[in-house]
Amino acid sequence: MKCRKCPQRAVLGMPRHNTAFCGPCLTEFVRNQVQKAIKAQAMFSPNDRILVAVSGGKDSVTLWEILLKLGYRADALYVDLGIAGYSERSHEKVERFARDVAESCGSKLIVHTVEEDAGAGIKELATLVKRPTCSTCGTIKRYQFNRVAWENKYDVMATGHNLDDEAARLLGNVLQWQEEYLQKQSPTLPASVEGFAKKVKPLYRMTEREIAAYAVVNRIDYLVEECPMAKGAKMLVYKDALNRLEMESPGTKHRFYYGFLEKQKNAADSSNHSMTDSDQATLLPCETCGQPTTAGTCSFCRMMARAKSPTR
Amino acid sequence: MKIHLSHPTRDIELQGPKRVVDIFKELQLIPEAFLIIRGQDLMTEDEIVADGDSIEVRPVISGG
Repeated sequence: MKCRKCPQRAVLGMPRHNTAFCGPCLTEFVRNQVQKAIKAQAMFSPNDRILVAVSGGKDSVTLWEILLKLGYRADALYVDLGIAGYSERSHEKVERFARDVAESCGSKLIVHTVEEDAGAGIKELATLVKRPTCSTCGTIKRYQFNRVAWENKYDVMATGHNLDDEAARLLGNVLQWQEEYLQKQSPTLPASVEGFAKKVKPLYRMTEREIAAYAVVNRIDYLVEECPMAKGAKMLVYKDALNRLEMESPGTKHRFYYGFLEKQKNAADSSNHSMTDSDQATLLPCETCGQPTTAGTCSFCRMMARAKSPTR
Repeated sequence: MKIHLSHPTRDIELQGPKRVVDIFKELQLIPEAFLIIRGQDLMTEDEIVADGDSIEVRPVISGG
């Protein structure tokens, strides 16, 4: 298979675009797609300070690399979840990237350790509060990323969510008719109220396979191993279903999610009630920590109080 | 050929030569969810893996 842009051998076929690229042309394509996403969704400008949420996996580390290569001012936050073995290995990948690549771009890595803050790792914490590990992890990560971005005055927080993540999440929300979550499923979420950082997903135009291929071509050393807690996660079932459809009809994931974004945009254009309006009408500062919440005390503080309570 | 797989980590052997697309079929894997890597290089579905080659079938799907 030849590259469609030059005479070189292709390294990745992309049926959804009916094309194939060699390593250098794939790199150019991916970076252009990320730049296009940043502009199309008004994510940030070259002078903004960005905080990238990194896990050591392909998406987040690749996102950090791409933003640095595009010349953006991107630091990163790693949350050490305290999962025996897995957290040490993912932390090591992130530290190595920070040392070998990011430092020379003037970029720094911030580390938050769950065990130091909460007195227990994520698995023990989930058992203490009687909640599934993935949901406990989600609450902690969302809270800490927002807190660090807000306290350190970053203009925006970026996550490595890709087209597969967004299409699978959309499928899950539609299957359950969770309409209240659909409004929040945008590649850019505004800093709607005091205490909320702006949140963006610059990889939403790229599939997981394209991102992994970019990482291999550019020798980005990421953790291939899956989080042991994710085994059996519903998201994996949705992704598998979408990939089977994608094989039958290339571009399915792309059309499903982009079609949703188009409908979402049309609905927002014809409405005089924005997401910021609705957040400002429903969110108040948490009585304990001050982060915005719909309840008196936010879900993170309630969880921490429960974990530290002798009766639980 | 030697094939390294993940989730769970294991090594298997298949008789070569074989096209990448046929390896996917034989292992009953969805190409959209994997990359094939020989050495440090990606392989496209039409390429042939020789009998003496070692390749990695790397999953690209994450659960988060």
